[in-house]
Amino acid sequence: MTGLLSLITFAPLVGIAAILLLRFGVKPSGAGEPAAGAARWIALATTLAVFALSVVLVVQFNRADPGFQFVEDHAWFAGLHYRMGVDGISLLFVPLTAFLMPLCIVASWKTIENRVLEYMVAFLALEALVIGVFCSLDLILFYIFFEFSLVPMFLIIGVWGGKNRVYAAYKFFLYTLLGSVLMLAAILAMIGIAHTSSIPELMTFKFSPGLQIWLWLAFFASFAVKMPMWPVHTWLPDAHVEAPTAGSVILAGILLKLGGYGFMRFSLPMFPDASAHFAPLVFALSVIAIVYTSLVAFRQTDVKKLIAYSSVAHMGFVTMGIFSGNAVGEQGALYQMLSHGVISGALFLCVGVVYDRMHTREIAFYGGLVNRMPLYAAVFMLFTMGNVGLPGTSGFVGEILTMTGTYKASTWTAVIAASGVILSAVYALSLYRRVMFGEITNAKLASISDLDWRETAIFAPLVAATLILGVQPGLVFDITQASVDQLVAAYSAAIGG
Amino acid sequence: MSFSHDLSLTIPELILAISAMLLLVWGAFQPKTGSVFTAASVLALVAAGYAAATGPLGRGFAGGMVSDQASVFAKVAIYAASAIAIPLGQRWFERRGVKNFEFPVLILLAALGMGMMASAGDLISLYVGVELHSLALYVLAAMHRDNAKASEAGLKYFVLGALSSGLLLYGASLIYGFSGSTLFADIAASAKHGAEPGLLFGLVFLICGLAFKVSAAPFHMWTPDVYEGAPTPVVAFFAAAPKLAAMVLFARVLGEAFGGATEQWRQVLVLIALASVAVGAFAGLAQRNLKRLWAYSSIANVGYAILGLASGTGEGVQAMLVFMVLYMVDVMGFFACLSALSREGRDMETIDDMAGLFKERPGLALAMSLFSLSALGLPPFSGFWAKYYVFKAALNSGLAVPAVLGLLGSVVAAFYYLRLIKVMWFDTPAGPTDAPPAEARVIAIGLALFTFPLVLVALTYIDPLARAAAAALGLA
Repeated sequence: MTGLLSLITFAPLVGIAAILLLRFGVKPSGAGEPAAGAARWIALATTLAVFALSVVLVVQFNRADPGFQFVEDHAWFAGLHYRMGVDGISLLFVPLTAFLMPLCIVASWKTIENRVLEYMVAFLALEALVIGVFCSLDLILFYIFFEFSLVPMFLIIGVWGGKNRVYAAYKFFLYTLLGSVLMLAAILAMIGIAHTSSIPELMTFKFSPGLQIWLWLAFFASFAVKMPMWPVHTWLPDAHVEAPTAGSVILAGILLKLGGYGFMRFSLPMFPDASAHFAPLVFALSVIAIVYTSLVAFRQTDVKKLIAYSSVAHMGFVTMGIFSGNAVGEQGALYQMLSHGVISGALFLCVGVVYDRMHTREIAFYGGLVNRMPLYAAVFMLFTMGNVGLPGTSGFVGEILTMTGTYKASTWTAVIAASGVILSAVYALSLYRRVMFGEITNAKLASISDLDWRETAIFAPLVAATLILGVQPGLVFDITQASVDQLVAAYSAAIGG
Repeated sequence: MSFSHDLSLTIPELILAISAMLLLVWGAFQPKTGSVFTAASVLALVAAGYAAATGPLGRGFAGGMVSDQASVFAKVAIYAASAIAIPLGQRWFERRGVKNFEFPVLILLAALGMGMMASAGDLISLYVGVELHSLALYVLAAMHRDNAKASEAGLKYFVLGALSSGLLLYGASLIYGFSGSTLFADIAASAKHGAEPGLLFGLVFLICGLAFKVSAAPFHMWTPDVYEGAPTPVVAFFAAAPKLAAMVLFARVLGEAFGGATEQWRQVLVLIALASVAVGAFAGLAQRNLKRLWAYSSIANVGYAILGLASGTGEGVQAMLVFMVLYMVDVMGFFACLSALSREGRDMETIDDMAGLFKERPGLALAMSLFSLSALGLPPFSGFWAKYYVFKAALNSGLAVPAVLGLLGSVVAAFYYLRLIKVMWFDTPAGPTDAPPAEARVIAIGLALFTFPLVLVALTYIDPLARAAAAALGLA
């Protein structure tokens, strides 16, 4: 079915148009934001429709075909094309995005009461842009989606964020922009040399090894910031702490994946020589990220910051797996991204639950929550275990595969990275202990209530996803196998291995 | 070549000159001019644009006037910008009790001068065009006579403009002295294999004079002061159209007359371009007044346009033309927004005035955000495509390091555009604003819609036209 990808990508625009009609057409009378309720429902309906479409996409996807499917190609101007298409690598991210979005809308149902219409517009725009990133098969189209996704996130952090939101929003925007203008330079140079902006064609185009180094570095600048890799990760804790809960979920769940996706889509197939050349650098940065940010996470006093640092550590596994250059590593990296999208999103939602009630994220404030919130404690436990990588949860599959893949490429990297698994248990379990166990010592917590039905409804699909992905990884590998094998085969052939 | 053929090439100029004089007489005898007067002046521009687009191509007046794809491209854009500026400014002045029928006339005269710049085929018509449009602009800047700042701006503009005209003229005379002709074609013959020192000396002076007109560093000093003092709709006009005219003239001089000396002028242009980007990006950070801020932004943006020109290729000239047209929309739109905003009769000009504007005036705030993001170079807005063309051309012609430096400059500049957006969206409103006038709102929203999404369609037309124009300008 052609046009399905465009339909999924631009469906959120319908919701935006409906909300804008509310905003500018029907004059809201008074300050009570009377259209807020309608905007929430429109946003929820739109995101659910997109999710339904993404399920159709997954069902119709031909698992045996390693190439791009659902391809759309329309000539634009100056030799540019509007090209869309997905393969086994990019397909996964579409349902992931579509899955998290309705949860974000529901999570913001009660907590966002200020400028609800704009908030929903920002989220729908973000959904369209992120799906667009994963579906575009043209460099310029990709860049447009990739770069413009900064704006809604900038507004989400800056308008609905916490105390220090302005600083965090600037930092997020400028950091990422700096990385991506270098990528833009590389993109323009590539188009100039290869005379095409088509991603499938560029994947088979041979750039000279000397040029590859520069192009690789430019792309690396962008994706390493996005990922984020040590030492350019410092924007992430700030952004997470200041962003509203749903903003954090999208940031950790989806936006960080743009970096990993970029490495797999561009760096590895287009610049194989440079990728092989720089693999040791990436390994080094990855293990530093895994070990160092795990230690940093342990020392955090703010729950969100702790989870943010743990995200950096988990992304270390992803970069490591990608640059291992073998099928196991790539599969593991993809799986880790998918699983981290679900688990870190869920953890931020968990933080949101207590933040909504107590308006603080200080770990020291809490303690003994299990006495008052047994259901919440159980849910939080599951996701903590997923974060640690307990077998049976999706986190385990990704970590074990990335480490296995890396072990083949660089034994020492895998050995050091394995210590990260222990460190993640240290910070995650100690967080859980400090927040959940013991007696309630803080009087303010005496009347805290357990999950209500709305929150339960948010967590139910996330729990299901974590467990299903934990025991049935085949569901995903089925989809990714063919494309990953093709990627790895091309990569090994290019570097002569 | 017959005289009638020569005249047929200058029909747009004739239309503008005759209309300007008729309107002047009309205004002198009937000082209470109304919207008919405004409409007549806009009509003159539309007619001139139509004549330019459909008129014959060729060279006339012994090579002094050129009508080719480049001049047509530039003229249509310039006349369009002028036509937008007339209603914008006329109403603005009326609301402030300044009843000058001269405003449309001066815009027509400036448009006439700019058209001549785009059509100049020798140093004489170059100078006449530059002076004609400059004189009109000096008066326009000081149009708000009772306002001390506007008068100061006009005077400053005039004194420094005269200096730059002197440089231009000195350069022209040197070039004439060393090549023996004022015709670009003859100069090209003597500079076929690079320019000898004397010619080069003249060329550098000429470049300095033109750099002044487009407010490129290090000849940018007048820009912030003049933009700040001059009436906002006038700034909307002269931040846009004259720069395009001067850039086209720049390209024609360098391509037609000094196409053989590409390697020599290239280095000068790269330096000017990078200096402009740096000045625009860093000095803009310190500005609180939005008109000054956008003055620095325009300095940086002219730097990008010059970078395109510095590529020295047809692709580079095409990039420069696309850039200038898209930038014109941006800057006119922004100043149209600014001219629409006032609080209790006082113009809102500083960043702090814009606090919480999104709550007060969502339409205008959204438009201003679009223009800012576009000037920042964020896709998919028009400013991104402008930069896309320029940097692609620069990279393809081997200017990788300047291109990357230019891109880094845009990240620095991003901060001040973001600050404006932050103030409008994040901060609490500073108080109610006056109802924006209809014509400024329509113009602002219309131009914002061009910035996105119309630009995505418009580029399919602009791209081939700019390519043909670049081919006509002589750089292969």
